Amino acid sequence: MAAKKPAQKTNTSGEELIEHYKKMLMIRRFEEKAGQLYGMGVIGGFCHLYIGQEAVVVGLEASAKEGDSRLTSYRDHAHMLACGMDPKGVMAELTGRSGGYSRGKGGSMHMFSAEKRFYGGHGIVAAQVPIGTGLAFAEKYNGTDNVSFTYFGDGAANQGQVYEAFNMASLWKLPVVFVIENNQYAMGTSLQRASSSPELHTRGHAFMIESEAVDGMDVLAVKEAGERAVAHCRAGNGPYILGVKTYRYRGHSMSDPAKYRTREEVQKVKTERDPIDHVREMLEQGKHATTEELKAIDKDIKKVVSEAADFAQTSPEPSLDELYTDILR
Amino acid sequence: MAIQILMPALSPTMEEGTLAKWLVKEGDTVQSGDIMAEIETDKATMEFEAVDEGVIGKILVAEGTEGVAVNTAIAVLLEDGEDASATADATPAPTEQAPVEETPTVSTPAQAIASVDIPMEDIPEGTTFTSTTVREALRDAMAEEMRANEKVFLMGEEVAQYQGAYKVSQGLLDEFGDKRVIDTPITEHGFTGLAVGAAFGGLNPIVEFMTFNFAMQAMDHIINSAAKTLYMSGGQMGCPIVFRGTNGAASRVGAQHSQCYAAWYAQIPGLKVVMPYSAADAKGLLKSAIRDPNPVIFLENEMIYGTSFDVPDLEDFTVPIGKAKIWRAGDDVTLVSFGIGMKYALEAADRLADEGISAEVIDLRSLRPIDYDTLINSVKKTNRCVTIEEGFPVASIGNHLSATIMERAFDYLDAPVINCTGKDVPMPYAANLEKLALVTTDEVMAAVKQVTYR
Repeated sequence: MAAKKPAQKTNTSGEELIEHYKKMLMIRRFEEKAGQLYGMGVIGGFCHLYIGQEAVVVGLEASAKEGDSRLTSYRDHAHMLACGMDPKGVMAELTGRSGGYSRGKGGSMHMFSAEKRFYGGHGIVAAQVPIGTGLAFAEKYNGTDNVSFTYFGDGAANQGQVYEAFNMASLWKLPVVFVIENNQYAMGTSLQRASSSPELHTRGHAFMIESEAVDGMDVLAVKEAGERAVAHCRAGNGPYILGVKTYRYRGHSMSDPAKYRTREEVQKVKTERDPIDHVREMLEQGKHATTEELKAIDKDIKKVVSEAADFAQTSPEPSLDELYTDILR
Repeated sequence: MAIQILMPALSPTMEEGTLAKWLVKEGDTVQSGDIMAEIETDKATMEFEAVDEGVIGKILVAEGTEGVAVNTAIAVLLEDGEDASATADATPAPTEQAPVEETPTVSTPAQAIASVDIPMEDIPEGTTFTSTTVREALRDAMAEEMRANEKVFLMGEEVAQYQGAYKVSQGLLDEFGDKRVIDTPITEHGFTGLAVGAAFGGLNPIVEFMTFNFAMQAMDHIINSAAKTLYMSGGQMGCPIVFRGTNGAASRVGAQHSQCYAAWYAQIPGLKVVMPYSAADAKGLLKSAIRDPNPVIFLENEMIYGTSFDVPDLEDFTVPIGKAKIWRAGDDVTLVSFGIGMKYALEAADRLADEGISAEVIDLRSLRPIDYDTLINSVKKTNRCVTIEEGFPVASIGNHLSATIMERAFDYLDAPVINCTGKDVPMPYAANLEKLALVTTDEVMAAVKQVTYR
């Protein structure tokens, strides 16, 4: 991880920075609460937290427009919150309740929103990559200028189907932004131990796909890269790859003992490169928000998350006849 | 010594063809590799090259002749120094028996099965019929649905410019263009996932697998992505998609190209699975499959692509998914099958009739959902049942039907249900072993004798 960057002066407005800050903080507080509820046994199964990676999805969502689609892996809570899905519905899905986005039948890894064009939530590593490419195929077929944001991790980047998708996306010039969220560990296997080349953004070169490496701890850098990618896709130039370097603070899932990295390594990223601290510093230095205003934001978010957690625990379990619904249309 | 030039087999399943055109005439000298003739099969027109060099002594089969059996002598080639009189020795040669020639009791798949006793349910009186191959019926179904709905498109290997590996998509590229008839790279896992994404995105893809054997590479997307997403999304996200292609054994293509996947897919909630036998069912079910809002597995069989059946001349003929068809009524035993297994069931029923045994023959047509009621009602009447399929015996469709009959009609049974299936072996290549590995009409006959205690 590169050394800590000074807070930059940019053309970004204070208002926009505050929006980024709110969304990133919402994700962090939501994930912290999810971790807590998991520890209490309220959330079952697998639960993969996004803490540390917030700048990636928030930066990219800032480059999206109405009608764009997005999908990702099983580490998906943040993507839903960032595209505007209701924290209550997400949290209630984590607890397996009828108020969840999948009425309790999908769980943490399998959530969808037709309304927000969030296409999952995929539990099979890299399966979302051809599917996201297919969403882009539909955009082209229908003659829209919408794009598909297809997120996957550094682990998924070694799956064969990613390259099958790259080939078709480039061959047919499909409007898909491939976002490789490189959090540097595929479960417990570091990038160095799994990848013959650490430069994941170059993985599309053999397919003539334009790409760039992005600092995923800097929301503005992500947003700017996202805007370049999206403009490329909307103009009909085919896919674009963003190799976004980020870091996950928590374990792969809740049951991860994290023996594969040192506590010092994690601590160093937290203190030197935290994506939310970075935005807060910009806000303070640019005098876009007072300490009181930031505190108020924090309070508001805590309230929303707390309400989501209450809803997720009071929403009833799905009725038993739900067992046999939604198998076929 | 003059050499006989024989009608070639140009595909694993070819039994006869049309000698479309001679490109040489008597007296011409040919070198090895020269193109001598154009031969038309039900799939394609192919050039036929000389293997030996010499002078064309005599052309034995005139151009334009249809139905020339494989291995028929079509010309005589004279070697250096021979004259035309040598052809006298060569001409009469009886047609050599093809190694996979079937026993006389089994009709060849190229012939139409007698349709006299086939009731066509829900077809208005006075409807006329056209004899159509299964291959053409499938193409017609796709073309009709593509005309009706512009969101329907066909994607797969060789479906467009090549006109289909088995010629099923012939003509579709010309009519619908390359936006809607799409040649893919050889990338089953990838294009299946892509098509699932396109279906989530509001389109209606038809994915052709050159064979379902190759769909094993795409199994994760068929099961995990296509079949399960509606449930996992609490009913928000459906996947209206058809996966179709050849399934089961063709002829002499060995273990990796010969598996029947009926039982595999039939197990998966979230899928519909159909496996038609006749051309009318192929057409009507494929149209229903394309319109269905769910993922449908549509299992075809190369061996019956060229078989002709009567297809009703109706503007919009569909067959409902999930409804079996009684091909003939009978009292002594129920024969239940699907897909190519129906060929053995119907042949057995013919032979049984000669022996005074009246068999009721049911074509399930759909394997998910299965029309249990039609089967159970039949078994309650006949009290005996034999199931017929080409797939492996363990956890077969027949096993499942047996269990269901036991649960729902145990007291009606006068004999245990027998499952006739393919054998529990990878498909062998050798002709004699392959024949042994497949279910046969003789085995169906023997099973019926057993359950009727004859």
